[in-house]
Amino acid sequence: MSDFPHTPPRYSATFTPAVNAEIRRAAASGIYDIRGGGTKRHLPHFDDLLFLGASISRYPLEGYREKCATDVWLGTRFAKKPIHLDIPVTIAGMSFGALSGPAKEALGRGASEAGTSTTTGDGGMTEEERGHSKTLVYQYLPSRYGMNPDDLRRADAIEVVVGQGAKPGGGGMLLGQKISDRVANMRNLPKGIDQRSACRHPDWTGPDDLEIKIHELREITDWEKPIYVKVGGARPYYDTALAVKAGADVVVVDGMQGGTAATQDVFIEHVGMPILACIPQAVKALQDLGMHRKVQLIVSGGIRSGADVAKAMALGADAVAIGTAALIALGDNDPKLEAEYQKLQTTADAYDDWHEGKDPAGITTQDPELFKRFDPVLGGRRLKNYLKVMTLEAQTIARACGKNHLHNLEPEDLCSLTIEAAAMAGVPLAGTSWIPGRNGGY
Amino acid sequence: MQSFDLGKEGLRALNSALHGLKGQTNMTDWEVINPKGAHAIAAGVDAPVDITVRGSTGYYCAGMNKQATIRIKGSAGPGVAENMMSGTVIIDGNASQYAGATGRGGLLVIKGNASSRCGVSMKGIDIVVHGSIGHMSAFMAQSGNLVVLGDAGDALGDSLYEARLFVRGSVKSLGADCIEKEMRPEHYALLEDLLKRGEADGKAKPEEFKRYGSARKLYNFNIDNAAAY
Repeated sequence: MSDFPHTPPRYSATFTPAVNAEIRRAAASGIYDIRGGGTKRHLPHFDDLLFLGASISRYPLEGYREKCATDVWLGTRFAKKPIHLDIPVTIAGMSFGALSGPAKEALGRGASEAGTSTTTGDGGMTEEERGHSKTLVYQYLPSRYGMNPDDLRRADAIEVVVGQGAKPGGGGMLLGQKISDRVANMRNLPKGIDQRSACRHPDWTGPDDLEIKIHELREITDWEKPIYVKVGGARPYYDTALAVKAGADVVVVDGMQGGTAATQDVFIEHVGMPILACIPQAVKALQDLGMHRKVQLIVSGGIRSGADVAKAMALGADAVAIGTAALIALGDNDPKLEAEYQKLQTTADAYDDWHEGKDPAGITTQDPELFKRFDPVLGGRRLKNYLKVMTLEAQTIARACGKNHLHNLEPEDLCSLTIEAAAMAGVPLAGTSWIPGRNGGY
Repeated sequence: MQSFDLGKEGLRALNSALHGLKGQTNMTDWEVINPKGAHAIAAGVDAPVDITVRGSTGYYCAGMNKQATIRIKGSAGPGVAENMMSGTVIIDGNASQYAGATGRGGLLVIKGNASSRCGVSMKGIDIVVHGSIGHMSAFMAQSGNLVVLGDAGDALGDSLYEARLFVRGSVKSLGADCIEKEMRPEHYALLEDLLKRGEADGKAKPEEFKRYGSARKLYNFNIDNAAAY
């Protein structure tokens, strides 16, 4: 034995233990990894932006005395009955099937109490969510599961879903464990199959057809309902412009941090763009068309706090949508359930096997025994509290920037912490006037 | 009969009048003249009325129809009777792509040919085509019946679920998980009824058809089926 020190073990930065574990899992199972949620990789995000606050050149507003309004109108372009929400934080589309009936009820309760809207998903409209949602957006999806003209007419708005941030270009997936009798009946499918939703709409192709499709939906609903078009964050400039051209009242852009009920991990992690890169492009498309604020922009994907809300709005969004954060507010991934997560070979705050239908919190399941654990009244109260906190946080920041309405926040209120964020968000690097890719600066 | 000149009065006025026919009405016969290929003619009707469109229609005629009988005395553009819930739509001429897409109920009769994706994602509708249908028809079809007196194009019934497909002529190719199945007595009875309701009982006999349906091999993920996806 030499007396020299032994070279310590060194892990590869390429073949990390996590990478190796996935290779072994793939080799053993022969099938790609499927999971719920959004991307888990580190991305340039709202954390890479800071607000500058007021100074000599700008007056702040008094935090507890001067008003900072938060309301938002959606669908003012063509709809006879546009939506007016008290707060600009909406609940994103999540399907009955992916979520339990009581979870959908809780989303409706919480959103309604906080003065905002909730959204159906790839499973049709349930009585739980219609009954408990003051303002309900009805998704018009490629699968058309549960689609019918009566629900179109009793919705408050219609969202034509072209794509979503977790999987731009991909269709939905609901595995057999969650296809209960009720879900199967709503989707006209055999019970227990692994259901694949279409990735393209069955009866239109491209922007010219979309314009005719939107026109049909307006005719069926007598031009009353706002019509949103939702796209995954892939080519936000062109997608936003084409949605406007097709006649959308509202464009929804979902970045790759946006969640899904179940999709291939490779899709979630490697397709799409972060929301930070999407917002400026979508806003520019609206501005270039003279439609900013006339066609409203909702952005989603990784919104967690009032700071994120304020930053998204400062970049030009009219409102935001939350999905994953809303589930966490309801009680998803709570460390109180750690013992049960351990039984599922996972841990709280990392549980993402939503497709298996074994959620200990009773939210992403169709197992009646599991969803009995979830109290929709309490869940709704928790969501309302969370939405109120986000709103107060956003107001706090807006007042500090001298704004009497969240919509008055602007890119000039921001600086970037990283060169990447500066380039993507079009906001100068802190302490400089430099925006990479643009001329000038110091 | 209530005659409506679409060229003069416009689509919004037509659909608004038709949507106003809630529940029972004694104004049950409607005629639409000068359709000139307009889109969304008689979309979203929910009343037991009889509407005759004298001419050809654009996209989505009779979209999401409930209860009404809608007759097109010409050809129909893409997506005719899409997501139909109930009632009957009868087209004297041809139908463009996506005819009867996602239809959940009722009867769609096409007396000419239908283009590609006829019956795509159908969910309970009955479709009777007197002529032939194009490629990718009955793609992801979930339930209902598609009857074709002529031929079918490529990839018939690709990835279909529980819909029943009956074709009298040739099938250029079958899509993934679609196979020919045995014609049993109940299928002959079903076909006889569909041919009669589809105004085709004098044109073809049930015993002349072959039945196609799902092999149900792709209902659950299996790595050994990877090549089929």
